[in-house]
Amino acid sequence: MKLITAIVKPHRLDEIKDALQTFGVQGLTVTEASGYGRQRGHTEVYRGAEYTVDLVPKIRIEVLVDDDAADDVMDVIVSAAHTGKIGDGKVWSVSVDSVVRVRTGERGAEAL
Amino acid sequence: MASAITTLAADAPTLSAANTGFMLICSALVMLMTPGLAFFYGGMVRVKSSLNMLMMSFISLGIVTILWVLYGFSLAFGTDSGSLIGWNSDYVGLSGIGITELWDGYTIPVYVFAVFQLMFAVITPALISGALADRVKFSAWALFTALWVTVVYFPVAHWVWGAGGWLFELGVIDFAGGTAVHINAGAAALGVILVIGKRVGFKKDLMRPHSLPLVMLGAGLLWFGWFGFNAGSWLGNDDGVGAVMFVNTQVATAAAMLAWLGYEKLRHGSFTTLGAASGAVAGLVAITPSGGSCSPLGAIAIGAIAGVVCAMAVGLKYKFNFDDSLDVVGVHLVGGVLGSLLVGFFATGGVQSDAAGLFYGGGLAQLGKQAIGVFAVLAYSLVASALLAFLLDKTIGMRVTEDDEVSGIDQVEHAETAYDFSGAGGGASSRSTAVPVSVAAASKKVDA
Repeated sequence: MKLITAIVKPHRLDEIKDALQTFGVQGLTVTEASGYGRQRGHTEVYRGAEYTVDLVPKIRIEVLVDDDAADDVMDVIVSAAHTGKIGDGKVWSVSVDSVVRVRTGERGAEAL
Repeated sequence: MASAITTLAADAPTLSAANTGFMLICSALVMLMTPGLAFFYGGMVRVKSSLNMLMMSFISLGIVTILWVLYGFSLAFGTDSGSLIGWNSDYVGLSGIGITELWDGYTIPVYVFAVFQLMFAVITPALISGALADRVKFSAWALFTALWVTVVYFPVAHWVWGAGGWLFELGVIDFAGGTAVHINAGAAALGVILVIGKRVGFKKDLMRPHSLPLVMLGAGLLWFGWFGFNAGSWLGNDDGVGAVMFVNTQVATAAAMLAWLGYEKLRHGSFTTLGAASGAVAGLVAITPSGGSCSPLGAIAIGAIAGVVCAMAVGLKYKFNFDDSLDVVGVHLVGGVLGSLLVGFFATGGVQSDAAGLFYGGGLAQLGKQAIGVFAVLAYSLVASALLAFLLDKTIGMRVTEDDEVSGIDQVEHAETAYDFSGAGGGASSRSTAVPVSVAAASKKVDA
């Protein structure tokens, strides 16, 4: 099993959610995140005082999938998140040892 | 019939239902400015101190109202002694005032005048609070408010507006409070911050407003309430002066907002929301002393000057290294000084009085009087407020601890959090600890 994590622009969330649903992914977890990559932050001005805001708002999406589906799910996320502009984010996957569904106690792929 | 009434009114004023109703509405409008100011300031601070900022303004509605009834009205508007202070035992507790007794020379009851002026006394100390964001003990602020209105506001209101008050008798024009309210509050803010010092992280940390929509809401409420503040200050509508003031209030505010935005666009590249809100307030401040003596075109000039100069002035705190957190000095002191002095240039001599300014052939006489008024109030308020803050700091202490300031004054002083970010917004994990904490607190009480 793989845990796929995507850090993307907040306004792409609906597109990604819809694309994953169409692909057949059953569930996902979303958290608000902030950070920066190569684009760094931006400048804001309040009554003439300029502030560099390093941390940009992002959305972190996490999906647990079967090994076979991992590459496809990553592609689905990437194409839905893509705007072509700087700051589109990153998607990565890591291996997951075990998963338990809390309600039923099912383990492994059954629990996905 | 109508002329008979007019003739009668000229001899000895009788109660006017129209003016009385108008003034009661104006009083309610001015009352709304204090919560409006709370939002204006509250949105400008960081989340962790937003409730404290709201409360610093709101508490004034409690404290100053009671003090005004007990002795404030008497000190400010009682019978003059020595041109410095008033006293009238009938006004103590508002207990000796007949319900139809008229304010001397006007067509409204004393009660109406007292409650209208009460709202001014409420908002003036609240204005100071913006300079003290994030760092002042609430108990110390409450005590400061009570002492400050007693030692500074009530006497200064008497000087400027009380019959026999020395600035009033000198002929200083202050229609609605450029000196008594704005210079007074701005100079007090400067005096206090020079004593209590800067916020932790001033000039280093990112201290951006946590809610500009709240700032805009507050500016809107201030603008709306200010019509009562300004137009109401003529205490009636028998000669049209109040209507001129109403028009000039709108015109100068519009001009100031545009001027601030224009300056900002040229200087910093963007039209900001905070700039629009700040420009509007700067215009309102500047037209407060002057709107009863200038023309609408004069009001445009006064507003535009205030918009640009205040936009420039808010940067001074970084240059001179004093933490006027929300620019009470930059907007209210500078705007108040400008508006008061500009009377000396733009007074037409054809509205509230026949005193004309420099641009209308009146020479320098009025400008000189205005300068005396500005300097007297500025100097007295600055020194007295700094002394009060110093005394409180040496006795009960003005500031919260550095740890409490950094972690957030709301939780320390008010035991509350401004916003519950639940739902998809994260932070819901704090709920799991919320229950045990309150249980623990309850059990602690049992132990004690």
